Amino acid sequence: MTERKPFRFKGIGLRTRENLYGYGFVSLWIIGFVIFTMVPLVQTFFFSLNQVTVTATGIDLRQVQWDNYSRALVTDPTFVGLLIEYVIETLVSVPIAIIFSLIIALFLNMNFKFKGFFRTIFFLPVVITSGPVIQELTAQGATSIPGVANLGAITEFLSTLPSYLSNPVEYLLTSFIQILWFSGVQILIYLSSLQKIDKSLYEAASIDGASAWESFWKITLPSLSTTTIINAAYTIITLSHFSENKVIKYIYNQTYAVQGGIGYAGAMSFLYFFALLLLLAVTFLVLSPRREKRR
Amino acid sequence: MDGNPRVKKPDLTKIKTFLLGSRTNYGMVFTVLLYALLLAIGFVYLYPLLFMLVTSMKSPTDLLNPMVQWVPTTLYLGNYEKALRVLDYSNTLVSSILVSVLPSLITAAVCSLVGYGLARYRFAGKNIIFALILATFIIPAQNTVIPQMLMYKDLGLLGNILALILPALFGQGYRSAIFILIFYQTFLSFPKVLEEAARLDGASDLRIFFQVALPAAAPAFIISIIFSTVWYWNETYLTSIFLEGGIQTLPMQLGKFTQAYENLYPPGMVNIFDRLNEAVKLAGTFLNILPLLVMYFLLQKWFVESVDRSGITGE
Repeated sequence: MTERKPFRFKGIGLRTRENLYGYGFVSLWIIGFVIFTMVPLVQTFFFSLNQVTVTATGIDLRQVQWDNYSRALVTDPTFVGLLIEYVIETLVSVPIAIIFSLIIALFLNMNFKFKGFFRTIFFLPVVITSGPVIQELTAQGATSIPGVANLGAITEFLSTLPSYLSNPVEYLLTSFIQILWFSGVQILIYLSSLQKIDKSLYEAASIDGASAWESFWKITLPSLSTTTIINAAYTIITLSHFSENKVIKYIYNQTYAVQGGIGYAGAMSFLYFFALLLLLAVTFLVLSPRREKRR
Repeated sequence: MDGNPRVKKPDLTKIKTFLLGSRTNYGMVFTVLLYALLLAIGFVYLYPLLFMLVTSMKSPTDLLNPMVQWVPTTLYLGNYEKALRVLDYSNTLVSSILVSVLPSLITAAVCSLVGYGLARYRFAGKNIIFALILATFIIPAQNTVIPQMLMYKDLGLLGNILALILPALFGQGYRSAIFILIFYQTFLSFPKVLEEAARLDGASDLRIFFQVALPAAAPAFIISIIFSTVWYWNETYLTSIFLEGGIQTLPMQLGKFTQAYENLYPPGMVNIFDRLNEAVKLAGTFLNILPLLVMYFLLQKWFVESVDRSGITGE
């Protein structure tokens, strides 16, 4: 590579040329990042340190330091509750979404009749999970496991549990299908990395006398460890960005509320962002070192 | 020597292979189990859709009748008539298609450019750019949406489709990070030989990109455009902030279905059978996803094949 002389730019070296062209291709994105992500992000943070009032002429700022943050965390009774609920629901949903998408991907990776038919069904949710659709379906009770959520015995049992235990279980029962519906893309990601595993590994293992069960635990799962982290992160992020998410709805409503305003909503957005990052970090820590030990 | 065990033994193994399988097939027990599980999971996936379809065809009398669960007594399409009117279907459908197809075409084009740059050139600070691309995927929309809205307001773009097209044009469209990674992965997997050959023939870098690299990336384009269209279609948070007052998309209209229904059929004015019920709501929901379902079934073979070929793992 380095011996080859650049053809067009005789004056400059290969390294500079690569730099130039590389940035040339990426430049659109960099400009966009500054205009549409970085500046607005900094601005939102700036707003969150102020009391913002929208007037006819523009916006009026009054410095309040960290008051918006302390108000969200200490004074506001709703926000912290919603935030905790969001964290718990996400922690419940992620393992289910991961396990189910792994199982379905393993199925779809096998050879059997009517595979195309089942594949069509399992990818269907990718197409139809939008906020209002999910909301309508949940409101009509279409996303709970048929029959189970309404069984007398179960509701009876749940009422005996303390609320920090019964809430997640109840969430699980009423939104089980919804969680599954969020795992379409994860199935795709698992499927494509399953197809990348070297087939000769399985052959070698079966010649050495390993059963399919053993090859699954010793070959398939370890090869999927990175994919699992990606999928977990993807699940957390999509759940957190979903427009029917209660925290997002609350922040959205507070933006236009009289007592709230842009500054307060900004502070809550950043706290929410922080919670999301924390969840991602925890997932990463839980999923990566354990894999290392198993190897 | 007793001949019997010798005869019986192969029989037993035959039965065993039939039930539990051998190296070449899965065996009866496993096959039955597999289909049972597939059907069960498939049913769980389809349940909301079936529920929606059946309920949306129930007449008001069927709804009140506890005997009618899964099979409506008559094929009643009145709910759809009402939902079509409430959703203002022909108008919202056209604007929904515009709002989802245009930005996604632009997103795919720009992301292919960025992905190619990242895959083919070594330049300083590339890792930082990767980190920032991931960051755009993680940062929740509400952390940036208000200043963006104020900016569009200053430019007079609120309620204009440009409010969605402009970010897409600069690689900041909805979930663009994923498409950049898909293209990056695709271009990375191509052998460099063809491009080097073109370079030796004196083709410029841009020409190589357009004439050598892009045609081979067709699967990545198909999958990006399909996913992007679907995600833009289903997105309601940004669209309701940026387009409200200008453009009504189908999901936006579904979001305020109750309100729109009561404008058309005021609760005090109509008889009890024309009041808003869940059947009408679900008819509206079904009409909302119908275009996506049609697209999915038309394109699904293509869709799955290009997933196989483009191998979307964003590692």
